[in-house]
Amino acid sequence: MLRLPRFKYLRPKTAREAARMAADLGPRAMFVAGGTDLFPKLKRRQFEVEALIGLDFLPRAIHRGEDETVVDAGVTLAAASADAQLRAGYPGYAEAAGLVSSPPLRNAGTIGGNLCVDTRCNYYDMTYEWRKAAGFCIKKDGDICLVAPSSPRCWAVSSSDTAPMAIALGALVMLAGPDDERELPVAALYRDDGIDYLAKQPAEVVTSLRLPASAGTRTAYVKLRRRGSIDFPIAGAAVALRLDGSTVTSCRIVLSAVASHPLEAAEAGEFMIGKRLDEESVRAAAEIAARPAKPLDNADLSHFWRKRMVRVVVEQALQHANDQKGGFEG
Amino acid sequence: MSFSIIGKPLPKVDAVARVTGQAIYADDMLPPRTLHCRILRSPHPHARILSIDTSAARRIPGVVAVITGADLPIKFGILPVTQDERALEHEKVRYVGDPIAAVAATDEEIAASACDAIAVEYEVLDPVMSIDAALATPKDERIQDYGGPNNIHKLVALEFGDVEGGFARADHVREDVFFFQGNTHLPMEQHSAIATYVDGKVTLWSSTQVVHYVHRALAKVLELPMNRIRVVGAAHGGGFGGKTDPFAHEIVVAKLAMMTGRPVKCTLTREEVFYAHRGRHPVLMWVRTGVTKDGRITAMHFKSALDGGAYGSYGVASTFYTGALQTVTYDIPAYRFEGCRVFTNKPPCGPKRGHGTPQPRFAIELHLEKIAHDLGLDPVDMKRRNFVKPMTRTVNWMRVTSCGLEECTARVMDASGFRTRKRRPGRGMGFAISSYLSGAGTAIYWNDMPHSEVQIKVDRGGVTAFCGAMDIGQGSDSVLAAIVAEELGLQPKDIRLVTADTDTTPIDLGSYSSRVTFMAGNAALEAARKMRALLVEAAAAKMGRPADSVRVGGGRFGDFSFEEASVLAEARFGTLTSAGSYTPPKIAGPYKGSGVGPSPAYSYSACVVDLDADQRTGLLHINKVWIAHDVGRAINPLLVEGQVEGSVYMGLGEALMEEQTFRKGLHKWPSMLEYKSPTFLDMPEIETFLVETNDPEGPYGAKEAGQGPLLPVIPAVSAAVFDALGVWIDEVPVTPEKIVEALRRQGKGEPPRYGPSRFPDIPYPKCIRVEPPPKELDLAAPAAI
Ligand SMILES: Cc1cc2nc3c(=O)[nH]c(=O)nc-3n(C[C@H](O)[C@H](O)[C@H](O)COP(=O)(O)OP(=O)(O)OC[C@H]3O[C@@H](n4cnc5c(N)ncnc54)[C@H](O)[C@@H]3O)c2cc1C
Ligand code: SF4
Repeated sequence: MLRLPRFKYLRPKTAREAARMAADLGPRAMFVAGGTDLFPKLKRRQFEVEALIGLDFLPRAIHRGEDETVVDAGVTLAAASADAQLRAGYPGYAEAAGLVSSPPLRNAGTIGGNLCVDTRCNYYDMTYEWRKAAGFCIKKDGDICLVAPSSPRCWAVSSSDTAPMAIALGALVMLAGPDDERELPVAALYRDDGIDYLAKQPAEVVTSLRLPASAGTRTAYVKLRRRGSIDFPIAGAAVALRLDGSTVTSCRIVLSAVASHPLEAAEAGEFMIGKRLDEESVRAAAEIAARPAKPLDNADLSHFWRKRMVRVVVEQALQHANDQKGGFEG
Repeated sequence: MSFSIIGKPLPKVDAVARVTGQAIYADDMLPPRTLHCRILRSPHPHARILSIDTSAARRIPGVVAVITGADLPIKFGILPVTQDERALEHEKVRYVGDPIAAVAATDEEIAASACDAIAVEYEVLDPVMSIDAALATPKDERIQDYGGPNNIHKLVALEFGDVEGGFARADHVREDVFFFQGNTHLPMEQHSAIATYVDGKVTLWSSTQVVHYVHRALAKVLELPMNRIRVVGAAHGGGFGGKTDPFAHEIVVAKLAMMTGRPVKCTLTREEVFYAHRGRHPVLMWVRTGVTKDGRITAMHFKSALDGGAYGSYGVASTFYTGALQTVTYDIPAYRFEGCRVFTNKPPCGPKRGHGTPQPRFAIELHLEKIAHDLGLDPVDMKRRNFVKPMTRTVNWMRVTSCGLEECTARVMDASGFRTRKRRPGRGMGFAISSYLSGAGTAIYWNDMPHSEVQIKVDRGGVTAFCGAMDIGQGSDSVLAAIVAEELGLQPKDIRLVTADTDTTPIDLGSYSSRVTFMAGNAALEAARKMRALLVEAAAAKMGRPADSVRVGGGRFGDFSFEEASVLAEARFGTLTSAGSYTPPKIAGPYKGSGVGPSPAYSYSACVVDLDADQRTGLLHINKVWIAHDVGRAINPLLVEGQVEGSVYMGLGEALMEEQTFRKGLHKWPSMLEYKSPTFLDMPEIETFLVETNDPEGPYGAKEAGQGPLLPVIPAVSAAVFDALGVWIDEVPVTPEKIVEALRRQGKGEPPRYGPSRFPDIPYPKCIRVEPPPKELDLAAPAAI
């Protein structure tokens, strides 16, 4: 069977201590939270490290304040999806957390890990032996991209289900570095690059996610995948919008699994503003949203079909958001 | 007949051990000093091996032995005619994953890094990755050095009755082309084997479906007499046909155990299981059928082209199977079959649940739907008009005895409300039928021995049944225990079973071709009845009454408990043993190739699938499946329902998503995450009906249950898609992208269809013409032909 490589397991007690360890060890170490993404990848030798820095110390609470709700990075996906406050205030976020992989993995996987989850590609998420036979690619050990051989960059796909929703909500992440803490809009956490997909410093620990007050905000997340469980998204749309009467006053649409980062369809969001949420506007917005989506032949099903499906998930997400009441007392 | 055990929904005899983790699988075994083995596999689909340098691997601390093909040069293979595999290849590799070298080390990680340290020099050859490419002249060289022309492995051509006359008589003739993509078994348990070499004797515990065939292959390759090898079936985590061949890792651990004198174990990774494969052949099919205007078939011509992968495996049999059973469901008065199997640089295909028959079943059922559509007939009525009748012989000499097709059809049609279904956009229902063997009537290698033997021993108040059959999760141990218990008036839990061990059990040809209940069951019945007679005679003598007055049941023989009766019998007869065996009737037709298809009895199934299809996305939602299965008699209805539902599950997986595809010479996704197979959430409600036709030759009338019910599910899905959207998906799996494409063509006024456009030119030989047998069957003179 596939076995884990040998590694040292470090147990810091605080985020600062963890960040210092990471800064000292550099690329020889990685953080591990739930391990649901990391361990299978270690078995496949997609990462080679000497040490794992455990993030078990991360708190696991959800705090509801006046103008925001703070979700600790250690909260599991199962807890986030079942949390009454999140379900009432940010139904799209709770929905997204509940759609990640499968029940056992949601019991272990954390929301921090989900924000930092590696990009995916079916030339890369394979065993060492398979990759060796296929020829290694630039994301690990090689020097060309097997999906787009003429391209100098990696096109691995951003596959987090919760990141697009967090961005649509305008959420912030709290980062703890070796020396200080800072906050960052979730949107600024990502880079459009399959390899260096995170814009934070490698030694920074995500400690919490801050969701701004949601009164009046309607949220929805629609995920497309082949089966009812387990599968990563092959297209997804997160929507957060506000209505005045039936007129849209704000709208953000963020796509999952169609680029190397969560892809905000800003033009489509702006298009909706001032419009009534009806079949016609929804269809037009979905059309605009789908344009920048560029799925490639490195995930499940054909990329032609996936490209066509982007419109469908955006329409469905807008409709679900419309069918919903706004967050909390909205 | 009234029974106390037969027909009762009893739990499996090994249920507790299975669910509490007490069953010992091969990978659970860890005798002291065990070495762990890993196998180095080819990274190229097609290449000559120029050199193999193992010196760096041997230097790694912890490495105890390294072997290559030069250590195991003798070829083996499941069929005597295709002995084309080596445990390790040292001359040429034929698919990515072909085994080259093996390492035994103190740790699995060490063995893995030693494999990585073996340097192999290759001369890369042009890979052949499709049926078309295999039919063309190879750029470099052929994959195998037998068969031909080009990369053709096997060609067959048979003709039964007056085919041209049949077409001439027809009012309507239609041709269609279909493609069934390959898929794999995906058992929960990865293959695993562990060997020891003690006192000059090899013992191998393996997750296999057939200890006997592994035994034969080991003897051949290791050059040891069979009596110096013992093969034991460890607790089994699922096979579905994927563990019916002898495998490289089984031979390799035995060899390494002989060399090191230590136990050696090898458990395949999930990826390696995809390479071991022997799964469903991709098959391209062409079919032409003539019918009268009321839909009666007058003649059929069927052609198949199988993508066999790199080695023979069961392929010759698979090829014949794509043509053999068409006639066993529908009455086809004249039939021509041309089959072809090619070699490609992919893992070898072989038998998977339904072996060679789900592909033609998909084609034939849809083809008949289309014919009914052409003629404006109701497809169910039209199919029904052509059903075979019980007690007949088909045009290609298959002997049909019991046949519950009519009843199966009535059950699913009534329950599903097929005729009165409510129309709503996107909703559809599809109907299909099938048939399958209750055990192959001929053995894989020529011999006149029984196909199954059972011995029973009674002493110290206990009963032990010895049988070579392997319980692979289908419940064959429970069936054997039920039969012996029924005859001896006991409970299944009272029967001790010793199975699948070549040292202690008599021969059985293994768990494949749905043969165990029928064949081992008949052998057990014979042995148990002989034992019962001994006990009855002893009890009767003691009671001073005639034997027929001794009542057996509830743990008693007349006035005595079972224990008392066994003491009386032992005192009277000495050691109490009995034996039974089963040899299938000789019913194969008088032509070459007639050995594939005949079975002592056929099961029958009918199925209705109800689904909703999304016009926009092409996504399917299966609402419900109704399935009726003629099992002859359900020895244990709980187990039969489990087999039927498992078949529906597997059938839906094949219909909707499972596909073994390749990209740049590599298996595209050898992992359980990327190779899609349905989850619980994708499973619809299933309503199962068991139909009992009481087969004249089955044990208590029983027939098979493990494979037949898979077959109708796949065409029923595609028929339901047509019912829902008006498009034909003539290719399996029926994926959303294919549906969307077919809808696009429909929208543009093109033929509303997705599927292969043509069937290639294949140099089939001239057909062997075979006179059909008389149609009516006289069971009183069965063995006459
Ligand atoms: C079969 C399968 C299916 C899956 N399906 C989905 C899916 O549908 N959708 C989806 O989004 N994901 C899916 N995943 C991926 C994974 O389970 C989730 O993304 C999960 O949320 C990861 O969280 P974790 O705590 O387990 O992260 P880990 O595996 O522990 O870590 C993931 C990455 O994030 C880093 N990291 C973790 N926590 C922090 C932190 N607090 N600060 C900084 N860096 C951190 C780690 O170093 C690592 O690089 C799937 C995984 C598997 C194996
Ligand atoms: S997109 Fe290209 S470089 Fe990136 S992981 Fe896939 S094959 Fe490798």
